[in-house]
Amino acid sequence: MSDTTLKPSRASMSAGKRNWLVTAALFAAAVVGSLVVGEGSLVYEIFVSPFLFVVEAPDLFVQVIWEGLVAGTLYALLGLGFVLIFKASGVFNFAQGIMVVFGALSLVGFYAAGIPAILSLLLSIAMMYVLAWTVERVVLRPLVNQDPLILFMATIGLTYFLIGFGEFIFGGEPKTMITEEIGLPSGSYSFDFMGGFVSLQKLDIAAAVIAAILVGCLAVFFNKTKVGRALRAVADDHQAALSVGITLRQIWVIVWFAAGIVALTTGIMWGARSDVSFALQIVALKALPVIILGGLTSIPGAIIGGLIIGISEKLAEFYWGPLVGGSIESWVPYFIALGFLWFRPQGLFGEKIIDRI
Amino acid sequence: MRTRKLLMGLAGVAMLAGSNFVAPTPAGAQESIFIPMLTYRTGPFAGSGTPIMDGMHDYLTMLNERDGGIGGVMLEIEECETAYNAQKGVECYEGVKDRNPVVINPYSTGITLQLIPKAPVDQIPILSMGYGLSATAVGEAFPWTFNAPATYWSQMSAIIKYIDSQGEGISGQTVGFIYLDVGYGREPIPLLDQLGTDMGFEVVKIPVGVSDMQNQSSHWLQVRREQPDWMIMWGWGAMNPTAIKEAAKVNFPMDRFIGVWWSGGNVDVRPAGDGAIGYLSVNFHGTGTDFPAIQDIIKYVVEPGLSLSDPDVVGDNFYNRGVSNAVAVAEAIRTAQQVTGVSVVTGVEMREGLENFNLTAERLAEIGLEGFMNPMQITCEDHAGAHPVYIQQWDGSAWNRVSDWIEPMSDRVRPMLIAAAEEYLSDKPEWQTQECN
Amino acid sequence: MFYRETGQFKTSYRTDQAVFPIKQDAIGIWVLLAILFIVVPLTFNDFWLNSIMIPTLIFSLAAIGLNLLLGYAGQISLGTGGFMGVGAYSCYKLTTIFPDVNILIPILLSGFVAAAVGVLFGIPSLRIKGFYLAIATLASQFFLVWAFGRIEWLYNYNPSGAIEVPTRRIFDIAVTGPHATSMTRYLIILSIVVVLTWVASNLVRGRIGRAWMAIRDMDIAAELIGIKLLQTKLTAFAISSYYAGVAGALMVFMWLGAAEVESFDINHSFLILFMVVIGGSGSLIGSFMGAAFIWVLPIFLRSAPDYIGLEIGAATVEHINFMVVGALIIFFLIVEPNGIARLWQIGKEKLRRWPFPY
Repeated sequence: MSDTTLKPSRASMSAGKRNWLVTAALFAAAVVGSLVVGEGSLVYEIFVSPFLFVVEAPDLFVQVIWEGLVAGTLYALLGLGFVLIFKASGVFNFAQGIMVVFGALSLVGFYAAGIPAILSLLLSIAMMYVLAWTVERVVLRPLVNQDPLILFMATIGLTYFLIGFGEFIFGGEPKTMITEEIGLPSGSYSFDFMGGFVSLQKLDIAAAVIAAILVGCLAVFFNKTKVGRALRAVADDHQAALSVGITLRQIWVIVWFAAGIVALTTGIMWGARSDVSFALQIVALKALPVIILGGLTSIPGAIIGGLIIGISEKLAEFYWGPLVGGSIESWVPYFIALGFLWFRPQGLFGEKIIDRI
Repeated sequence: MRTRKLLMGLAGVAMLAGSNFVAPTPAGAQESIFIPMLTYRTGPFAGSGTPIMDGMHDYLTMLNERDGGIGGVMLEIEECETAYNAQKGVECYEGVKDRNPVVINPYSTGITLQLIPKAPVDQIPILSMGYGLSATAVGEAFPWTFNAPATYWSQMSAIIKYIDSQGEGISGQTVGFIYLDVGYGREPIPLLDQLGTDMGFEVVKIPVGVSDMQNQSSHWLQVRREQPDWMIMWGWGAMNPTAIKEAAKVNFPMDRFIGVWWSGGNVDVRPAGDGAIGYLSVNFHGTGTDFPAIQDIIKYVVEPGLSLSDPDVVGDNFYNRGVSNAVAVAEAIRTAQQVTGVSVVTGVEMREGLENFNLTAERLAEIGLEGFMNPMQITCEDHAGAHPVYIQQWDGSAWNRVSDWIEPMSDRVRPMLIAAAEEYLSDKPEWQTQECN
Repeated sequence: MFYRETGQFKTSYRTDQAVFPIKQDAIGIWVLLAILFIVVPLTFNDFWLNSIMIPTLIFSLAAIGLNLLLGYAGQISLGTGGFMGVGAYSCYKLTTIFPDVNILIPILLSGFVAAAVGVLFGIPSLRIKGFYLAIATLASQFFLVWAFGRIEWLYNYNPSGAIEVPTRRIFDIAVTGPHATSMTRYLIILSIVVVLTWVASNLVRGRIGRAWMAIRDMDIAAELIGIKLLQTKLTAFAISSYYAGVAGALMVFMWLGAAEVESFDINHSFLILFMVVIGGSGSLIGSFMGAAFIWVLPIFLRSAPDYIGLEIGAATVEHINFMVVGALIIFFLIVEPNGIARLWQIGKEKLRRWPFPY
């Protein structure tokens, strides 16, 4: 049945479009087939019953979307940290995850040392600056112009160092994020929705708002200020930027600092959702599919990629996970990203990769 | 640049030469009892691990400081960091096994599984206190492995019994089981399934992968969808506080949410604040510092600064878990000394000590832990003992006991244990078993 | 003075193309093999064999596998841990289904299963490159580890979800399981590693290796000179995964004795990537050096405080360990981005001219 619809335009269609149509046709065939086969069959369980359940309990559907949105916002923030650094210095910064932990830990650590919450926040921002400066001085400067793989490895080395350093200073045991002290709300709004209820955590709303503000600030910074323009110049072409008198080193410190602030924000938000421990670093791996989906060099890509991954992984886990024994969230994002990459190898918004001889 | 490279080369050579001295030398004539501790004060599970290790370390140190060791023999305590990583655990084991350790406490089900076959060959008993492979409770099949006071299966049966005793009974209800998706979390599933069929309740299983430990929103939405009457959790490390927070978020009634004894740390409930009030957890020992022995720890170890622990943590649930483990080790050493007449015991004598282990209520009172735990006995046949456990509830600042001692359903569990042990041995024809009379 | 090829004239293509064209190198390798096969088993104690030699050899094998892919074919993979797991689980299934077959056969066969899986997950490399590919290969890592836990058939429905190695004998000598002595296991692993290294060294010198290197250096140009990208890239994934699979099977059967899913987690993939990069990508000898460096360094650091008589808690040692390893990795990358193998090469160059450098 799919063949007849495809034939007329096949010759003029690009490979991508054709693939899409084939997929859609296969899906339609599967749905029809499963309706014929009926309830209880595997095809039915995969293609029909989840959708029936969406209609049956719309409140849960809305709730899942919301949870996905919140997780997606946080993934987007994580991805943003990667993208900022990759764009400006070509470094694939594996240490972003540990920077999240480090930022959150220093905030909690300063507060535990008796410093008022707001001051602790400022101090941990200062801490991220020190980190950025040190990284530039000790790691990036000697490795300038090296192969990207070497730089990537160096950031894994940095990760090891920061894990050891962080545990050495703050101890390995988890800590509770000082949510109320820094003015984050707690509690939730619940409202009835089509026969059920949807509950929105105030903290999650705050996370979304803060993330939006942060992204807005970064956008203004990059587009309107002198430093921002310099930064975009560096991202475009290192050598050209150098030749018009932009200091690469300074730019790198600024980018790493910006990524540090993003990391600190992520750390606070995620720390408030569970606790502040070194296990948070594992969550940061979730940013990897996000950035390849969005494109390694694109800030809007990181945001949209984060939302796509966040929502689709929650939907997959909730509606299809139980079919195969659950916990599929660990790999589903990668397959989603792979699906997108198959059509656009440079990610949704990445710069087109052009090969020349 | 050239000299720098040369220096690098030299440094490399020096390092290789230096590492020649790494190999531990087996001790000659021993004068102390060597108790290695596999710890994890680092990594994602450090939150649960650290207080346990502190409690264990501090009790043994207290015996050294107060009594001069056990039976006049000093204890040599040495830590080896595993970060809950099975490979590092095996490496630690290889490093200590030639130094005549009396017993190994792996503190990780993964490490325990790897050490079980090695124990009879190296003649070092394993005490996996309340974790590890449930089947090792069968003493005939596993002469060198002990998992008192109860296996995961006994514990699960006790939880089911508790649920059954509440209100309308368990039959016809739905029980959700959320677990860490590793060997440890999967261990109780066969028993849970079996009991579900036998007692007529439905089981909903929700695994949480290690990479999603702190990202559980979709798992708890499933809980909301399935609407189980009870939730049971087999969590560890960073999974616990996240699960409790998420449970509060989906308005799951906390007094119907029961954690395994590894999901009842004070660090697990604190991050959820008031949301955690009412949360239940299984336990087999007392909490708090109101025991003479714990006071001795404070006096001899914590105050002189010999402890690694934060003084506030002393008496916490997991700290006392470590103490209870140390008590078991110490009492087994004492028993071994009495039974064999050897004062510097090693693994072989220690095995005798563990098989004749009998911690009576009088003895508990004698060592300053009256009422701290239920009397505990290990026999040749039963290396776990199927001891009763109790349920405790978090009130926002401390754990309170809310149930009597609950006896596990040994009549159901024991046959399954024996079957599992037979299954384990079925493909190992050379396995060393023992006869018990 | 001693290390000089003066006077060694090559009179046939055969001698000119030998793996070790310089006589001293050829002698050196035989001496090294003699030490590894004879001196080491006789002199090293259990701890050395079990905790240092055996893991180093196993990780070297995995590193060679990744090196073939990364250093020769230029494709980054972060899925090595998962492929090692495929090897381990298939070896376990094979030996439990055919318990009477010599255990070496399942170990070597398990690599083929890993190779098949490797090809499957290597398919994206046809379209995706660089870091995009690296992250895409993480899909295999996470999916495989998840599948090991989910498919109960893989671990024979064992309630603990772990695979336990049964005792297997060759000529009545236990080679796996708790009764196998570390010396037996060491010798078997060493033999397998030596043979597979020899195969790899010939692979990279031959047609396949040259095709890989052409793709690594510029794949469009390679395509233009008639190298089939599809075939060559997938061969690289297959052979690389074969090595990883055998290494995984050896790891569980000859070293750990039991494994659960977590034994193949992502940290392994990174560990082996480190070994390749620190050792020197594109160098087989570098794989050994990298594996030895990355594996032995933490063990050495852990016992260092004891050795110099410092009393530091185990946790603190671990923290310092992390810091030192991290710092050393960065330091190494700064000083010699091409890895230890490059240092080794420089050393050899200098030795040739010693004591009269010009």
